[in-house]
Amino acid sequence: MDDDSRRSSLTPQLAVRVAMIGGVALVAFGLIFFRLWYLQVLSGDRYRAEANDNRLREIKVQAPRGEIVDRNGKVLVNNRTGLAVRVTPTKLPQDKAGRMALYGRLARVLSLSPARIEKSVNSQLKALPYSPATVKQDVPQSIVFYLFENQDKFPGVTVEQVFLREYPHRKLGAQLFGTVGEVTESQLKQERNRGVSQGARIGQSGIEYQYDRFLRGNDGASRVQVDALGNLRGQLRNVRPQQGRQLRLSVDLGVQKAGQQALGGARGAFAVMNVRDGEVVALGSSPSFDPNQFSKVIKESDYKRLTSKDNGEPIINRAIQAGYPTGSTFKLITATAALQGGLITPDTVQYDGGSLKVGNVTFKNAGNAVNGPVALRKALQVSSDVFFYRLGQEANGKGDGLLIQKWAGKLGLGHKTGIDLPQEAAGLVPSPSYRNEGFASYQRCVRRKKPSPAKIALGYCGFLDRPWSVGDNVNLAVGQGDLQADPLQMAVAYAAIANGGRVLKPRLGQRIEDSTGRPLQELEAPPSRKLGVKPEFRQAIMDGLRAAASQPGGTSEPVFKGFKIPVAGKTGTAQKGAGRADQSWYIALAPYPDPKYVVAVTFEQGGFGADTAAPAARKILAKLFGVNDGGPIQGGSAPN
Amino acid sequence: MHAAPYGTSVKGFREAGSARLAGGLDFPLILAALGLVGASIYTLSRATRTDIPGNPNYFVERQAAYAVVGLLLMLLISRFDYSRLREWKNGLYAVLIGLIVVVYATGTVARGSKRAIELPFFQLQTSELGKVLLILTLSAFMVDRMRQLGDKETTSRIVLLALLPAMLVVAQPDLGSGLVYMSITLAILFVAGTKWTHFAALGGLAVTAILVVLIAAPALGVQVLKPYQTDRLTAFVNPSENPAKQGYQQSQSLVAVGAGGRTGRGEQATQSRLNFLPEHHTDFVFSVVGEEFGFMGAALVLSLYALLIWRCLRILTLSKNLYGSLVAAGITAMFMHQIFINVGMTIGIMPITGVTLPLMSYGGSSVLVTFIALGLIQAIHAQARETAFAKGRDMAL
Repeated sequence: MDDDSRRSSLTPQLAVRVAMIGGVALVAFGLIFFRLWYLQVLSGDRYRAEANDNRLREIKVQAPRGEIVDRNGKVLVNNRTGLAVRVTPTKLPQDKAGRMALYGRLARVLSLSPARIEKSVNSQLKALPYSPATVKQDVPQSIVFYLFENQDKFPGVTVEQVFLREYPHRKLGAQLFGTVGEVTESQLKQERNRGVSQGARIGQSGIEYQYDRFLRGNDGASRVQVDALGNLRGQLRNVRPQQGRQLRLSVDLGVQKAGQQALGGARGAFAVMNVRDGEVVALGSSPSFDPNQFSKVIKESDYKRLTSKDNGEPIINRAIQAGYPTGSTFKLITATAALQGGLITPDTVQYDGGSLKVGNVTFKNAGNAVNGPVALRKALQVSSDVFFYRLGQEANGKGDGLLIQKWAGKLGLGHKTGIDLPQEAAGLVPSPSYRNEGFASYQRCVRRKKPSPAKIALGYCGFLDRPWSVGDNVNLAVGQGDLQADPLQMAVAYAAIANGGRVLKPRLGQRIEDSTGRPLQELEAPPSRKLGVKPEFRQAIMDGLRAAASQPGGTSEPVFKGFKIPVAGKTGTAQKGAGRADQSWYIALAPYPDPKYVVAVTFEQGGFGADTAAPAARKILAKLFGVNDGGPIQGGSAPN
Repeated sequence: MHAAPYGTSVKGFREAGSARLAGGLDFPLILAALGLVGASIYTLSRATRTDIPGNPNYFVERQAAYAVVGLLLMLLISRFDYSRLREWKNGLYAVLIGLIVVVYATGTVARGSKRAIELPFFQLQTSELGKVLLILTLSAFMVDRMRQLGDKETTSRIVLLALLPAMLVVAQPDLGSGLVYMSITLAILFVAGTKWTHFAALGGLAVTAILVVLIAAPALGVQVLKPYQTDRLTAFVNPSENPAKQGYQQSQSLVAVGAGGRTGRGEQATQSRLNFLPEHHTDFVFSVVGEEFGFMGAALVLSLYALLIWRCLRILTLSKNLYGSLVAAGITAMFMHQIFINVGMTIGIMPITGVTLPLMSYGGSSVLVTFIALGLIQAIHAQARETAFAKGRDMAL
């Protein structure tokens, strides 16, 4: 009998076992349905978003910054295209060893370190996962050819055109135009940088910083669909990059160039401003640097060189950030204060016997000159110190003793001018409270910390080692002592006298334009403060300054002999003590009698104002007024 | 020898009266098969349009051809006296082993494993055909030893007979098919009535074997599974842990299925259409269904499978003899294993073991072997009906 024929109908045991198999199937189907419900109905939206993340890539397209042009439309700052080596994340080797080998090969070609490449690429991909990461900006053509020829050894490596900031005039106006640099972590959080994405290069100093929100372009993005291998499978949306706005400055490239040449690399600065509307025509500082080195990533050693005191800190804009004693150029302020405060009239005559004894200190004229009886005009012309010493002495004893300080403040010293540049310094107008408070803390320091005399001499507790005395005011009256001002502040003060009492806020930005130069937005002229300066006082001062530059015996008369534009100007020589060379100044107003421009020049180690600063001012004025000028016939030698 | 209860036969085939031909078939089962193969062709037509450049219908045309051949094969086999196969068990077993071994000698390499032999029209994956051969031979050996069902020897013989081809297949390496072989074996033992204690002992052995393969052997430096096989088996525990490697397929599949939502993404089914989903025409075709047609589509396909399994189980119980029941049990187990493992893998509740989804996955071997199995089931059904008629037993559909 065959086993198989034993059973031809369903036995109970088989029924149970088949039912169990059916039960297993039922449970399995149940699980699958439950899971499908969870995945598709309950979590469908989340997975749909993930699927879209998978297929959509947003690729950033860099927008070039706006150009900066001078008042005549000449290019001051623009962009050039460079070739950047980048890596495309989806095409990189999947394993770390493969990637590191690739970075190693790249590092040799680009002379970087593999670890640095990896770190930089990873941080860029973290910020923008699908955009290509830049390995090196601005790579020479020869390296690009090498990469193309050996493409199989460099999977995922691409070369793209990028825009690099270019400063075609290099050292010219470097501190003024400023620099760009990659946005930092903390800058990203600032309100002014809203919309800036990581890795972007933004203005970090100067005009680039001040007008960054106009100059900065809107990066484009192209949203594409890709397949699993990262191949493009269609363009979904394309936002074209938009170049930043063009900025027109009031700067005149020619004058800027003349100023920079006049400084000739010596430590100093100049400011040229329209006395009627505050437009800055030139603003320069020396020594200078090439801002192009900031367009790529600047080397640390280069940055150190730019900030080193031994190299004269080229990065500092001496026209607005330095504080210098002004020497006799301050006499304009003392004169204004004395006239307005009623210490003298334009015709009050004082006797200049060559020196003035205040207490037991004798203050002498520079060069021991004896000028005899002088009134204001003559005192300015020959730069009589004794005349102004006496005003300083009188002002100290009259009322609150702050007449000069008050007028210095009104004319803008000790305050920021408000120019459209970042990091301006306020300077200092010394006053009794400044010195007395400083001296009190000096005494506290000496009492508590008991430093050695040698340390004290080096300024361990500061240099305010005595209280205010009348001698300080006498010094202030001629711009010596603790006074700190920069060329732009002095230009503003001179302009205020020249224009009849308006203290201007200097400005550089004229208007915002599109890339063809069509105006989009005029930058508003900031409000100016009006001082009540009597016209006859103004006239007296102007006459004195004019005489100084044109009358025999005038301090800068030899320098401006033969100059075609009538100039009114004041020399200045500030002693800085400790055996250091004198600070040389010249401030010119032209054309006399109704000046349009003020030119302020200073040299840190220039000696007499008439020797260095005044000839430099003449060169600038020549360019400013477009006169053919062979320069001074002879160097000035008269003391100030 | 059991005499065939029906008319004269030529080489086992019954005389085919046209009325009888249709009458002996189980129509719901045919409906399920046609529905699934139709769903497969429709899904492939939507998801593989860009896979072969210049030939948008490459997979569709081939799958349709396999389906037509498969259907004819099914109808042919359904007329065959399957009990004859019992007599040929030794020969069939030799063919089974031979087919698997011949792959090592002449097989073509596909994705790192030798699985197929080259035939004039297509590549035959012998491990697929091996499933049916194993079912037929194991069932036969089982029937032979029904009197010694309680003996441990019976169970161990059957298991060893199954292990030999299973191990050979795993070594190809084709772990997925090897596991299907084990499911088939267990189902045949189970339906034959093997004692629970034997299953407990087998379970113990299996656990020991898994521990040895996954933990002890690698610790001793012997790699039984290829590293990728171990990774795939363990990746499903946490697919998002390393989406770049083994978990990648599974996470992409989850995203595809989930993104399908209630009614599917249709033209927007980017996971499968942009190739984020690998193997979307073969092993992961269910993910495509999930993405293209959503919960509704997936539920429809699953319902067809439920119908298929129900009909198979029902025919198991109707079989005129034990051999038919055991063959039906093996075939049902094969379907259930492949459906639950494959679907489970696409929705992240089963490891990736590389089994096809019957009738849905693209592939000649898979489709033809499935239709052969369905043909056998239909033969069991047809002969059960005839026996019932002969015995005058009422047999409701």
